Amino acid sequence: MPKIKLAENTVQLIKDICVEFENKESELINVLHQVQSKLGYLPAEVQEVIAKELKTSVAKVYGVVTFYSFFTMIPQGENPISICMGTACYVRGAEQVLNEFKRQLKVEVGESTEDGKFSINCLRCVGACGLAPVVTVGEKVYGRVAPTDVKKIIAEYHNR
Amino acid sequence: MTDYKMHLLICGGTGCKASESDEIKNRLNQLIHDLGLEDEVQVVLTGCFGFCEKGPIVKVLPDNTFYVQVSPNDVVEIVEEHIVKGRPVKRLLYTDPTNDKQISDSKGMDFYKKQIRIALKNCGFINPENIDEYIARDGYQALGKCLSELTPEEVIKEVKDSGLRGRGGGGFPTGLKWEITKNVENDQKYVVCNADEGDPGAFMDRSILEGDPHSVLEAMAICGYCIGADKGLVYIRAEYPLAIQRLKIAIKQAEEYGLIGDDILGTGFNFHIELRYGAGAFVCGEETALIHSMEGLRGEPTFKPPFPSVSGYMGKPTNVNNVETFANIPVILNKGAEWFSKIGTEKSKGTKVFALAGKINNVGLIEVPMGTTLREVIYDIGGGIKDGKEFKAVQTGGPSGGCLTKEDLDIPIDYDNLLASGSMMGSGGMIVMDENDCMVSIAKFYLDFTLEESCGKCTPCRVGNKRLYELLDKITQGKGEEQDIEKLKDLSVVIKDTALCGLGQTSPNPVLSTINNFEHEYHAHVHDGKCPAGQCKSLLRYDIVEDLCTGCTLCFRNCPVGAISGERRAPHFIDQTLCIKCGVCYEKCKFNAITLT
Ligand SMILES: Cc1cc2nc3c(=O)[nH]c(=O)nc-3n(C[C@H](O)[C@H](O)[C@H](O)COP(=O)(O)O)c2cc1C
Ligand code: SF4
Ligand code: SF4
Ligand code: SF4
Ligand code: FES
Ligand code: FES
Repeated sequence: MPKIKLAENTVQLIKDICVEFENKESELINVLHQVQSKLGYLPAEVQEVIAKELKTSVAKVYGVVTFYSFFTMIPQGENPISICMGTACYVRGAEQVLNEFKRQLKVEVGESTEDGKFSINCLRCVGACGLAPVVTVGEKVYGRVAPTDVKKIIAEYHNR
Repeated sequence: MTDYKMHLLICGGTGCKASESDEIKNRLNQLIHDLGLEDEVQVVLTGCFGFCEKGPIVKVLPDNTFYVQVSPNDVVEIVEEHIVKGRPVKRLLYTDPTNDKQISDSKGMDFYKKQIRIALKNCGFINPENIDEYIARDGYQALGKCLSELTPEEVIKEVKDSGLRGRGGGGFPTGLKWEITKNVENDQKYVVCNADEGDPGAFMDRSILEGDPHSVLEAMAICGYCIGADKGLVYIRAEYPLAIQRLKIAIKQAEEYGLIGDDILGTGFNFHIELRYGAGAFVCGEETALIHSMEGLRGEPTFKPPFPSVSGYMGKPTNVNNVETFANIPVILNKGAEWFSKIGTEKSKGTKVFALAGKINNVGLIEVPMGTTLREVIYDIGGGIKDGKEFKAVQTGGPSGGCLTKEDLDIPIDYDNLLASGSMMGSGGMIVMDENDCMVSIAKFYLDFTLEESCGKCTPCRVGNKRLYELLDKITQGKGEEQDIEKLKDLSVVIKDTALCGLGQTSPNPVLSTINNFEHEYHAHVHDGKCPAGQCKSLLRYDIVEDLCTGCTLCFRNCPVGAISGERRAPHFIDQTLCIKCGVCYEKCKFNAITLT
């Protein structure tokens, strides 16, 4: 991946978050949560700043980021699509729904479409098992999704 | 407080929120305001009612009318008819599927009849964002009693006598754990609430935190009093934003009321509670991994002993309990150990909350006394299998558990009976499967999960599970060989015996349990190249029967990959190399001209 240079105010934002947690190494996970919620993802450059601020190694920050699936090092699409692959959704056909999204958007799980409009991810139970299979696009939750609904869902976001 | 004549409770659980319950609430508030009724009618967003299948749910008090599948468009009718004119809206009532009668009070519904609510006692009854409503239902009474009337030893004795066992999966006696932690000398100790809930397809703990957060906070303070800790930590998944928000509000309100903080109720007892966030790693539900994660490290488990009770968070004695375990505590102390221990079976007291999901009519959150049979859960409460299909199995214990079959329908559910039947209680996920579910695929699904979640620290789990997955994958592709089934069994046993933590030690359970109960299905894949449930795509084949095909072109127009060709009014053909076995043509053909073999 090409190195990106972080904007001055981005670096400041990360520093401020670290200060909020008193630059404590033991608060690393909380810092990562905060930074990701502001920036959307945690690329290597961001991890370097955090490591420096918390006076720890980049390897340790990287180790933590890659350990937890909630943290991501790649930017999400404009409309992040998440397919629930929890057991309840799986037995009600989530895999077919996932395959249909992959086929229509021509991307794999964890990737974004070329125009950056969509990305696909899998989740484990969003707590709406009554509506299985469940798909979320951004904040919106779609329940009882069938493979035949996929086209419609994508179209909702295509022309925005 | 205003004396409202009427309350409208709207489900604010995750399932109902996903079906616009917020919008329902907003519209209700607006309309009630427009009619100038805001001093008479209160609109309250509650936690999950349990009957998620029929959500969004709106309940009207005092007459207990229980509206199901309400949409924002129904709001006007509810207000104009029910609230203004006092006439319930019949079309929004629940219809009993057995006799087509409408039932307006949830107490009369089969779904609720066999349930006893202890941990879920307040869920769906109070506004979780208002501490006064919790207090009005005996909230913080148990804490007050403990601090002013009972010694820590007396409280621990009560918890021990109740027979309560941990609801996080292990089933360890709670009172005993508290006693052990109490007896370790140290000037700093911690109480930790495990709200990581990693089982995919389970939402018990989240629902308790969303619906009744104070019950957990109160219990943590009581635990702190017993073991001598002044600090509590809730480890909760970042993926649960609503539960986090409700916990934050609850902590703030409890602090304002002097029920958490310094010198609680003037007794000199201090107890503070903070949140720590998980970041989506199943293994962090394991208590030693959880503690490492709270310390800001990778959440890798470490060998026990030492147990957290001796050396936990920051090396200090730490008492870890599950959310549901805590939620039982205030009720036990209010009603007494004797009352509690009368519910349940000999060795499993009280109730258990289950997240009932999968191929079942009434998906939802249920709480039943220990000793209830699977048959009662599936048929009486769950309303039977979806679409009239046949029951095949139910998985309890999630990825660490096993499946129970038709033969197990009548065993009373408790810790020991489930273990004896080759499954386990687990934390409460209950996934129902029907005749169309392939058990090899299910085992593969769980292994896929374990693989992704293994922390990689020890070889049996990291490499062994990968081998298991590859073998299962091979079988579902129809490439399985005679000896593969034996290989699966042998390898499973090795992993179980040698893995470091509970994740690896239990990860082969779904494999062993499906082989045990459904070995014939494995054989069918391996020997006959057939998937009896019709799920394994590589083993399916769609063909068009020339004689029956009218050449209507419907399948041709619907095939998503252009695998079908043929002239209008002439027989069509499927190109097997292109077909992705989606089954669309099979469903569309009106002339039964397409076969599935
Ligand atoms: C792989 C693994 C995952 C676990 N996940 C959870 C969990 O999500 N929630 C939980 O409360 N306990 C979980 N546990 C059990 C905890 O280690 C611990 O026993 C429990 O939190 C103790 O609380 P209890 O005695 O109240 O059940 C898990 C254990 C293992 C081995
Ligand atoms: S058994 Fe698996 S999850 Fe547990 S320590 Fe070993 S590799 Fe990690
Ligand atoms: S839909 Fe059926 S009848 Fe029509 S062309 Fe296809 S196979 Fe033939
Ligand atoms: S099963 Fe699907 S892909 Fe195969 S021929 Fe039929 S419609 Fe086309
Ligand atoms: S398994 Fe998908 S919402 Fe629970
Ligand atoms: S989420 Fe509304 S009833 Fe469960």
